[in-house]
Amino acid sequence: MMIVAVYGIIRSRNLFVVVMLSGIYSFLMATVMVVLDAVDVAMTEAAVGAGMSTVLMLAVLGLVRSREAPLRHSPILPIIVCCLTGGMLIYGTVSLPPFGHIDNPQNQHVAPYYIENSVRETGSPNVVTAVLASYRGYDTLGETTVIFTGGIGVLVLLSGVMTRRRRFNNQKESDE
Amino acid sequence: MMFTVALIAVLISLVLAMVRAIIGPTMFDRVLAVNSTATLAVLSLALIGFVAGRPEFLDIAILYTLLNLIGTLAVLRYFHPNEN
Repeated sequence: MMIVAVYGIIRSRNLFVVVMLSGIYSFLMATVMVVLDAVDVAMTEAAVGAGMSTVLMLAVLGLVRSREAPLRHSPILPIIVCCLTGGMLIYGTVSLPPFGHIDNPQNQHVAPYYIENSVRETGSPNVVTAVLASYRGYDTLGETTVIFTGGIGVLVLLSGVMTRRRRFNNQKESDE
Repeated sequence: MMFTVALIAVLISLVLAMVRAIIGPTMFDRVLAVNSTATLAVLSLALIGFVAGRPEFLDIAILYTLLNLIGTLAVLRYFHPNEN
């Protein structure tokens, strides 16, 4: 069903349809992630992918035209690159250890340590929170900085467009 | 057994909502299709929880419904009536 959504995204030339279909895709993806027991990632996908990015895309659509510009070159080379990358990723999953097995490397070293020591060392009753906010604190801080910078950049760009448009309208009125 | 049948029915209606989202001629069709797709995804999530014997998926499903409501409201907020 997600393949159908992606096919619809590729085929459609109306960008509003593309935004709607990507929202559907995000919700299906979030469901798949919950089934795979990655609840926190699924929550992020549902909030950011289906909620925020749809709103942001529609806000951008209010500023630009809602039709896609016609292609100037053939899409054959990008398709080949995409298929090649996808094939290499699938080839890489072949040698991965089986999903959720007890002998996997990640279940041997750090996970038992976190489970045994996280309450004593960090004082947080939730192991995932302890890992994200204490053991990988600098990593999370960096991610937050990246997202904050991205948000500031988007705001600056949008406010610049708004100011120019307002100035343009004012000029038109004074000309008349 | 009952949950499995319900899950299959929800998946079929998910396909139907998807078809409407792709071929839907107007924007209202698509907004409605996205909304119902999200609702059906939440339903299938709850049913998967019961089929797999883990009813705590219900909490996540409820949270998704809240996100879906906010998302649909935001989409309708940016809706321009003259644009088709």
